[in-house]
Amino acid sequence: MTEEVRRHVINYLKHDLRYDGRKNLDYRPISVEVGLIKTAEGSAKVKMGDTEVIAGVKFEVGKPYPDIPEEGTMMVNAELLPMSNPLFESGPPGIQAIELARVVDRGIRESKAIDTKKLCIKPGEQVWTVVVDLIPLNDDGNLFDAAALAAMIAIKNAKFPKLEGEKIDYKHLTDKGLPIISEPISITVLKIGEHFIVDPLGTEESVLDSRLTVATKDDGTICALQKGGSQPLSLEDVEKMIDIATTKSKELRKYLR
Amino acid sequence: MEQTTSALKVSEKDVVVPGEILAEGIEYLPGQGMYREGNNIIASRFGLVRLEGKVLKVLPLSGKYLPRRGDVIIALVEDVNISGWRVNTNSAYTAMLSLKDASGDFIRRGADLTQYFDIGDYIVTKIINVTSQNLVDLTMKGPGLRKLEGGRILKVAPSKVPRIIGKQGSMVSMVKKATGCNIIVGQNGIVWVKGINPEDELLTVETIKKIENESHVSGLTDKIKEFLESKGKVVEIPQLQEGGDHEEVE
Repeated sequence: MTEEVRRHVINYLKHDLRYDGRKNLDYRPISVEVGLIKTAEGSAKVKMGDTEVIAGVKFEVGKPYPDIPEEGTMMVNAELLPMSNPLFESGPPGIQAIELARVVDRGIRESKAIDTKKLCIKPGEQVWTVVVDLIPLNDDGNLFDAAALAAMIAIKNAKFPKLEGEKIDYKHLTDKGLPIISEPISITVLKIGEHFIVDPLGTEESVLDSRLTVATKDDGTICALQKGGSQPLSLEDVEKMIDIATTKSKELRKYLR
Repeated sequence: MEQTTSALKVSEKDVVVPGEILAEGIEYLPGQGMYREGNNIIASRFGLVRLEGKVLKVLPLSGKYLPRRGDVIIALVEDVNISGWRVNTNSAYTAMLSLKDASGDFIRRGADLTQYFDIGDYIVTKIINVTSQNLVDLTMKGPGLRKLEGGRILKVAPSKVPRIIGKQGSMVSMVKKATGCNIIVGQNGIVWVKGINPEDELLTVETIKKIENESHVSGLTDKIKEFLESKGKVVEIPQLQEGGDHEEVE
C-alpha cells in the first residue's frame, strides 16, 4: 500500500498539486503565538496547517565548559509526545526526537544566533545556560521547520530572570533579552521521485526519497545542513534544493518577530 | 415501592448529555445510546433525541465509531496471522478477518496470505458479528467488498457518515456523477476517493469535507449542488427510487 500511496502522491506532484490542494513549493498558512507559557522565560507556538509546535526557553545558571570558560551554553531538547502522532512512543527520546533536537540546535548554534560570550556572569565559574524545549502538539509533517521557527521566536522573546547571587528569581523577569547576533531560518526540501517540495504533509513525509534541511542566516549564507531519507542526492539535486530553501527562507523570515 | 407513572422527560430533537434522564416508567423503550436504570431511562451518549413510536433513540453528535453487525466499513490490515488477518476498524476494537471469510478461492494450507491482503492494505469489508466482548468478525464475501487499489483515504466523523451518504445514497451519487470520481463511504468514517485526475479528486475531497462541516444545515443537497456548480461541474440531484446502490445505503 505504501507503494501505491507513493505513486498517488507523485501523480499529484506531476500536476503541481499537493494532497491539500497547494502547489509543490507552497507553505501552508502559518500562525505564530508568542509568550503563551507563563512559567517559561520565553515561549512561542507555531502552527503550520495542522502541525503545531510549542517551544519554551528556560534560563539556568551553571558552570561553563572548561575549554570555553567565558561563554554561556545553549541546549535544545525535543520530546515527541504520543498525543501528537500515534506512531510516537512515550519513554526516552528516540532517533526522530534526537534528530529534531539536533537539527534545530545546529541551526541556532552554527549561525551564532546567540552571543554566548555575553552570557558569562563570572568567568570559569558562573554562566547562563539557555535551555530550549520543543514539544509538538500535533504532527502533520514538517516538524523540522515548525520547530526551528518556534525555537527562534521563543529565543527572541525570552527575557532574563532576576539573579540574586547564586539564586534565580524566576518570578521576576528583567527587561533584558538574549543577545542575538543573527536569526537563522530552517527550510526542509523533500525529494519524492523527481519532484521537489517544501512543507510536507504527514502522508508525503511517509513516502519521501530524501530530504535536506537548510538553515540560512539573515544575509542568505548557509549555516547548517542535514540530509535524511534513504535515497542519495546528486550534486545538482543539492544545488537545486539549496536554491529553493534560500528563496523560501525569505518568505518565512517575516514570521520572526 | 412508589406508584410508577410513565412520562417522557425530553422532546424530539432535544440535545441530551450522558446521565440525563430521558423518560420515567416502563412505557418507553431504550434504544441506542441509553440504558435503563431502575425506573429511569438514562442517556449514555451526547446527541439528539429521536422518538420512534415508543422507542427512544439518541443520535450521537460526536464520538468514535462503534462496530455494528451488517455495517460495510473501510478497514486497514494491521497483521497477518496463520489463520487470517487482524484489521483496524477505526474504532476501539480491532477485528478479525478469518480465512474462510476472506475469499471464495481455495486457499492451500501454508499458502502465503500476503498475496491476498498485506499489512497496510485498505479493504472494504462487512461486519458479520460483534460479540458481547466486542470481538469483531469480518467478511469479504458480498457485492462490492474488495481490496482498495490506488486512490486516497480520508477520515470523517463517523456520526456524519449518514449525511455524506444521503437518503438512499443520493448525496454521494450526486458528488460521484458531478466529479466523475469513485467514492466509497465506510460506516466507520473512512472514505476512499479515486478520480481520473488530481484536480477532480481534490474537489471531491473538498466537497466531502464541506458536507461534514455543514451537516446540520437544512437543504444541504441544494447547497452542495450550488457549490459544485460554482466549480464548473454539471450537477443533477438523483431521483429517489426503490433499492439503490448496495455499498452506500445506510
